[in-house]
Amino acid sequence: MEMKRRIGSQILASILVNAIYTMKNYPIMLVWTFLSPFSLLLVIFFVSNGTLLGVGIEGALVMSMVLSGISMQGDLSHLRNDMKLQDMVVSSPTSALIYIVGMAISELVYSAPALTVLGILAVLFIHTTIMGAVQIFLVMALMFAFSIALGFMLSTFSSDVIQSWAFSGIVSTFLSTIPPVYYPITYIPLPYRYIAYLSPTTYAAQIAQNAAGYVSVPAGTVVVDWIVLIGVSILILFIAAKKTRWRER
Amino acid sequence: MKGLVCRNISKRYPTGKVALKSMSLSVESKGIFALIGRNGAGKTTLVRILATQMMPTSGTASIDGIDIIREPGRLRQEIAIVPQEARAIPWLTPMETVYSYLLWRGFESGEAKKRARKALNDVGMGDQADKMNQYLSGGMKRKVLVATVIASEARIIFLDEPTTGLDPISRSDLWKMLAKLKKERFIFLTTHYLDEAEKLADSIAIVEEGKLVASGTIEELRGKVKYPYSIKLLDGNTKVPKVRGKVIKGLDGSIQILTGEDEAYSVSKELIKKGTKFALGPLTLDDIFYSLVRKKIEGDDDGDEEENW
Repeated sequence: MEMKRRIGSQILASILVNAIYTMKNYPIMLVWTFLSPFSLLLVIFFVSNGTLLGVGIEGALVMSMVLSGISMQGDLSHLRNDMKLQDMVVSSPTSALIYIVGMAISELVYSAPALTVLGILAVLFIHTTIMGAVQIFLVMALMFAFSIALGFMLSTFSSDVIQSWAFSGIVSTFLSTIPPVYYPITYIPLPYRYIAYLSPTTYAAQIAQNAAGYVSVPAGTVVVDWIVLIGVSILILFIAAKKTRWRER
Repeated sequence: MKGLVCRNISKRYPTGKVALKSMSLSVESKGIFALIGRNGAGKTTLVRILATQMMPTSGTASIDGIDIIREPGRLRQEIAIVPQEARAIPWLTPMETVYSYLLWRGFESGEAKKRARKALNDVGMGDQADKMNQYLSGGMKRKVLVATVIASEARIIFLDEPTTGLDPISRSDLWKMLAKLKKERFIFLTTHYLDEAEKLADSIAIVEEGKLVASGTIEELRGKVKYPYSIKLLDGNTKVPKVRGKVIKGLDGSIQILTGEDEAYSVSKELIKKGTKFALGPLTLDDIFYSLVRKKIEGDDDGDEEENW
């Protein structure tokens, strides 16, 4: 008789291994994951005398979504190359999609403590409309899907954890250092601003900052921002679906 | 079709390295099948292809009628693997390791816990089930990985060099587990420990440079070599009787005579008459492997000349 397999169990396995057991058995990870989004936020808060607190909180929320994918890339590379876990999962009834969904949720679980505090801070310090809040949420969701797809694809290409650090470094520079996430884009002098527009995070930040009223962007620009963000996300998801190496060629 | 069937499987990696060259193989899917070969012979590549982790460049294969290329989803319901160089995740306990693997296989949580506990007890890890993997010995970590596949419902199990690096006692423990497991499942084992294959396997295949050299039971493999009997003389100064066969001088000074059954019988009688100490027996898998692989590498004609090893 064929066994009834539970997708919920398969998703839970990834969450347990990549988040819950890690935090349970290494509590120091819980402290680190809790503190990491606040380091830059504190710097921005002090440097701006508190004027950029709202933008900073919004930036930390967007960045935590971007960092999920970067972090997942490192986690999956380690589990795949050093533990051979992915080989065991490939030769099992779990599909690539279920594995990635579980791992993506595990990254959210991992950042749940920080996201909770950031969420409380956002309610306290970001004053926006319901539509604005919806826009910020959608931007975060898109950045999450984008970075997870990118992270998973890159993890299947790295053959060594050292290589995965290089991937993380490059992606991190492109997605989190160049874009003006913790401050308005107008703080970047004009010729250099165009460099920031090379990163999709810049469009996400611009939409979120406009939704919360921290910058005033013409409606047409917001539409373009959405088109770029959705387009790039779809493109990355498409490339990831085509190029990810689940069963090697 | 029942059994494991490979038809002209070839694999060329993107780097240009050819790992498998048109390999064809047919074995029954029961008991233990051991694939032996030197490092880089193509064992792991074949396992990864059969376990649906990698596509072959050409050729096809099926296990119990399930095509590995066209029906990977169906096959993955039936197989489980402990890959070569797999490591028990250090920050998990053995219980968490086996339990999460069973969840990945789709088990309901309660059933997964029950099976995980039982499998860990079966491999003698019951007392260590809640200790973190990083504090276990190498042998125990291997047992944890084997427990994952034992606990699963998979009826086809791939173990890629499961005993590499283990001490003799841990190896022997693992052998006992496999001997028990083979009664219910089909185990595809790769190893370069020939004694392991000889002790455990019901059938054996030898690969060299991506090609199948020979396959069959140990008796069938013995039948493929020119001289299936071995006489070992411990005293290297003994005058070797005239014999139709091959005389090999060992590094320890011993002399080994490889010969046929009738010759072995008459030489033995002669040695007994002279009061010479010797050991007579059929060729071990070691001898068969050296004979067949060396023949393949060197194009050796199995001649009667003396040689050193």
